[in-house]
Amino acid sequence: MTDLMPIWEVFVRPRNGLAHKHVGSLHAGDEELALQAARDVYTRRNEGNSIWVVRSEHIAASDPDRAAENFQPSADKVYRHPTFYSVPDGVENL
Amino acid sequence: MGCAAFARALLELADDHLILGHRLSECCGHAPILEEDLAMPNLALDLIGRARELYSRAGEVEGLGRSEDEFAYLRSEREFLNCLLVERPNRDFAHIMLRQFYFSNFMELYWLRAADSRDATVRGAAAKSVNEMKYHIRHSGEWIVRLGDGTGESARRAAEAVGELQFYIDELFIPSASAEICFETGLLPDRRSMREEWDQRVERVFTMAKLDFPEPVPALTGGRTGRHDECLGHLLAEMQHLQRVYPGAEW
Amino acid sequence: MYSQGLLKQDTAAVESEEFLAAFQDRIDAEEKIEPNDRMPAAYRKTLVRQIGQHAHSEIVGMLPEGNWITRAPTLKRKAALLAKVQDEGGHGLYLYAAAETLGVSREKMTGELLAGTAKYSSIFNYPTLSWADIGAIGWLVDGAAIMNQIPLCRCSYGPYARAMIRICREESFHQRQGFEIMTRLSQGSSEQKSMAQDALDRWWWPSLMMFGPHDAASRHSEQSMKWKIKRFTNDSLRQKFIDAIVPQAEYLQLKIPDPELKWDPERNDGAGGYAHGPIDWDEFRRVLKGQGPMARERLRARREAWETGAWVREAALAHADKRDRQRAQVA
Repeated sequence: MTDLMPIWEVFVRPRNGLAHKHVGSLHAGDEELALQAARDVYTRRNEGNSIWVVRSEHIAASDPDRAAENFQPSADKVYRHPTFYSVPDGVENL
Repeated sequence: MGCAAFARALLELADDHLILGHRLSECCGHAPILEEDLAMPNLALDLIGRARELYSRAGEVEGLGRSEDEFAYLRSEREFLNCLLVERPNRDFAHIMLRQFYFSNFMELYWLRAADSRDATVRGAAAKSVNEMKYHIRHSGEWIVRLGDGTGESARRAAEAVGELQFYIDELFIPSASAEICFETGLLPDRRSMREEWDQRVERVFTMAKLDFPEPVPALTGGRTGRHDECLGHLLAEMQHLQRVYPGAEW
Repeated sequence: MYSQGLLKQDTAAVESEEFLAAFQDRIDAEEKIEPNDRMPAAYRKTLVRQIGQHAHSEIVGMLPEGNWITRAPTLKRKAALLAKVQDEGGHGLYLYAAAETLGVSREKMTGELLAGTAKYSSIFNYPTLSWADIGAIGWLVDGAAIMNQIPLCRCSYGPYARAMIRICREESFHQRQGFEIMTRLSQGSSEQKSMAQDALDRWWWPSLMMFGPHDAASRHSEQSMKWKIKRFTNDSLRQKFIDAIVPQAEYLQLKIPDPELKWDPERNDGAGGYAHGPIDWDEFRRVLKGQGPMARERLRARREAWETGAWVREAALAHADKRDRQRAQVA
């Protein structure tokens, strides 16, 4: 077996106005072939109008073991959400 | 009227697309990398789709009620009018990509000029095909660059493909008598007019690929009059098998 | 370490009782497991095996149907079949990608397939002998695959479930194109009708075998069910398949090659279902072990594609390397 072909993560934007969404990955030698492969693999059924590819190894991910310290502290900050506040009856446009 | 000439010229075009599409379909499941097993059928499906449209139009113009499948499955080798380039066998990936690169570069230029055809079907086909051909050029062209400027072996194979396919370039640019009538009557573009631009395009990519531009050689021709290489008969024997064994059956 | 990459993380866990219980709780709560999460080694191993086999099946599965692309009888059928076989390549690709999130490379999995050490669905070791086989594969083999795959869209491992959702969405035309081929043949000439019957005769039992051994004999079933890698038992899916197919065969006026097939009002908890005759598990095991009629041919074809394509992959890598170095020089 020879060297491994680099893995690319593929992001497709379904239409203008939406964000690019991760759809999967593929193998390609370089970014141009990766973009073409992404077009052939992930947009055969009109799934989008724009593609991003990025080398998988260039993605940094948060550590799931630190999910609690990362994300739990924001769970009790209810005052960041509008429903925390009471609006008197009859007051509008708030 | 020139109906017969137009029908025949449409068949030349349709046969080019079908035979090349068929050649690509032979590779399905055997590509060098899985990603390419998805790419090549996309190219093939574009070509087969266009062939169907052109056969249908040829049938209308001819006025004998022949369908796309009758054209594809019930004509003999000598009745097929495709150029010799598209029937070249899939010798290796370099051959496949170079054949695609030559053909799609020609066809994009052709369809661009066909945009003002007097025939609405041709105009419609042209509009769709230009985009398809642009992608075929890009896909095959990027591979030509990688093969030409990849490893020693890939460069050797790419150069071999250039040497092998150079005999079939000229035929693309030679109008048949029917095509000539269609050009004069504003139905189809002049094949001769694309040569200079085609050469420039190919040369540009060959420079990036570090490949030598093919030397002028005595052209091999005959496809437009139904005189093919031996390989087409085998292709048709396989493709037409069921229609020949079970005449009149519907599938 | 403050952050980590997306792939190839060491997610091995110390498998204490607490860890295993907490993991099971997550599964029971229908929480998806994602690539970087810690997971029991056996969970990972089961997934790698199952996703790998599934991916290989899609890739090898391109061959029997690919056998008829060049002989498809009309241009419409040719385009549909080509698009279908292309989809199968895509499905193999999505699945290899899902397995790669578990730290095993596509190249390694491919190596195992080509070496004959990885399994794939035994159904693809049967030959496609007529055009009707393309109809029967779409109708029966894809039909069985869909039965198997729909529950996998809810599999506990996120990337596998997401791949399966995409696959199931794409598969939906596959079975219909198969049934359409069968319909046309069964309404055609007597030769076409017998072609259709012959295909059903040959593909019926192998299709039933696709659901795997009976529940009592299934080695991996229980743990896989517990981990929600698998949602229904082999036998329950097989029953569902038979109940769906029998009326379709009646519509086609084709005879299912099982003299013991009959309606049994007791089946499906009294709702009724079809009872079937015994499955020849010796044949199943023989074919699975690579003694099927086409087994060696299938692997030979895959090996040939891989080996004759090596120079292309090497060229792509070499060119990318050159470009990277050129860019580094400019910068």
